[in-house]
Amino acid sequence: MGVTLTPSTAPVTPARPVRDRHHRGVSRWVVLALVTLGALVMLVPFAFMLLNAFKSPGDYSSGGPLSWPTEFYTKGLRTYWTEVNFPLKFWNSAVIAGSVAVLGVAVSLLNAYALGIGRVRGRLWIVGLFLLANMLPQEALIYPLYYVAKQVGLYNTQLSVIIIFTVIQSAFGTYLLASVMGTFPRSLLEAAALDGAGKWTVLWRVVFPNLRPTLAVLLIFFFIWTWNEFLIPLVMLIDNQTQTIPVALASLQGDRLMDAPTTNAGALISLVPAILFFLIFQRTLARGITAGAEK
Amino acid sequence: MAVSETVAATPPAATPTPPPPSRGRRGRNAAYWLYLLPGAVLFLLVIGAPLVGTLYLSLTKWSGIGDPRWVGLANYQQLLQDDVFWASFRNTIWMLVAMVVVPTVLGLLLAAVLFDVIGRRFKPRTAAALRAAFYLPQVLPVVVAGIVWGWILRPDGAFNSLLDAVGLGALRHDWLGDPGTALPAVMAVMIWVQIGYPVVVFMAALQRVDPELYEAAEVDGANWLHRFRAITLPQIRPETFVVALTCTIAALKVFGPIFALTRGGPDNATNVPSYFAYYTFFKKLQVGYGSAISMVLTLIIVVVAGVFIWMQARSERRDRGF
Repeated sequence: MGVTLTPSTAPVTPARPVRDRHHRGVSRWVVLALVTLGALVMLVPFAFMLLNAFKSPGDYSSGGPLSWPTEFYTKGLRTYWTEVNFPLKFWNSAVIAGSVAVLGVAVSLLNAYALGIGRVRGRLWIVGLFLLANMLPQEALIYPLYYVAKQVGLYNTQLSVIIIFTVIQSAFGTYLLASVMGTFPRSLLEAAALDGAGKWTVLWRVVFPNLRPTLAVLLIFFFIWTWNEFLIPLVMLIDNQTQTIPVALASLQGDRLMDAPTTNAGALISLVPAILFFLIFQRTLARGITAGAEK
Repeated sequence: MAVSETVAATPPAATPTPPPPSRGRRGRNAAYWLYLLPGAVLFLLVIGAPLVGTLYLSLTKWSGIGDPRWVGLANYQQLLQDDVFWASFRNTIWMLVAMVVVPTVLGLLLAAVLFDVIGRRFKPRTAAALRAAFYLPQVLPVVVAGIVWGWILRPDGAFNSLLDAVGLGALRHDWLGDPGTALPAVMAVMIWVQIGYPVVVFMAALQRVDPELYEAAEVDGANWLHRFRAITLPQIRPETFVVALTCTIAALKVFGPIFALTRGGPDNATNVPSYFAYYTFFKKLQVGYGSAISMVLTLIIVVVAGVFIWMQARSERRDRGF
């Protein structure tokens, strides 16, 4: 998904000690029950997936999707792991998403330095252009990119995907950082300039350290967004050596190998990294969002 | 929320620089262009040039091999008479319902309830755990979610088994295979995918609202619904704009879930412009026609984004009393 800024789990504000008649009422329990029911419905597909990822094909065909597995069957997981060479797909996804995150943040930082702090002429138009670029449908770019990549020998290389997403993600990053830097305290910049610091020194010694929390959030967003991207990797990466996790799973859809338990096992393996990143990054995200909010 | 704040922060940033002695100032700022250079070159290569390329290709007929043949506006004329094209945009309207309208409205209610009722009357931890459940689908690669749902909704999938188990076996159905139910089924999946995003953004927004507003309203005897309409909604309007805009753009561009769930089928019942363009490019090898579809979609997205940003600027001006 494109520009979903996903701020995740800033801690919910502590309950305030307001006590009114609702506090003792039944209505709050009804509300809690309804919302909990909704949350459970959200989790049902995950339960289905877990239930069937550890089921043998025979077990599945006799008991159906809802039966409890008769044994703890891991062959589906292992089949998927080895058949698609999952470690390689994981590495491909990690290289692409990691490179894009670092390069995208670097490009955003340089762009935003010129726009937010340098305040070059026409910056509002330039920022608007970057924002618009991030909203473009990838279909409007894909064929020329695909054609040129073939001509210059970048087709079916991770480098092609890395370059493309560095630009697409930094379009958003530039927009975000330019407005954050627009509010950067001028006194800090002027003090550094009085000390004789050049623009490059100011960027790395003054601006960069102050923006580190925001940059960390951006890095994480770029990583997760790129990890989950689909269309461009689908078009650009066509063989087993280069594909990413989502493309590998999607291109096996309908394959003879993919009976229901193996499909679920494959989906489960493919989801685990995303959930792990989310848990690991959650704290950074919460901190970054708070830092961003203070401005 | 970062985005809304930055949207709000951009216009004022234009004004405050005092008019400096122009020569020295301009000389100093010119050096900053160097910092924009790498980004600008990359931008032109990866976004500018391909966009112009697609615009050019949309005026040609081309299979991807040999030379494109110039046909002027013929592709666009053909589009206007193409039933699949109209069907794909009709389906986009339903995607807007499933990815913007329902998640925003439900998300507002859920966020308000989680924050205001559950966060305050129960432990904040409870609210945080419930929020995580709603948010979980948002962290997954959407294609992977699509594949799991595709299996759940199959004729022999988990959903039909569930219907059997609760005695509703008569409702068993090929949900994604029947043109009559495929679109509603895809919409339900998209609501499931999308709902967590507004919930999280709105809950963060609510923390910004001054609690004294609510306390004063409670003292005045306003009930929950009154407070929701008089305080919550107006206070978090900037976030509502951002959520509506980003979800609208996402709905107009939706591709991965359609690819994983139905590939636009059955009988184009769930086709959308971006899948239609992909299919035309890479399966039918009609590059000119695919480019025309992409350009129409691009134009719609640019116009929609422009309208949103204009409306937001206007509502902010009104708030400041201008």
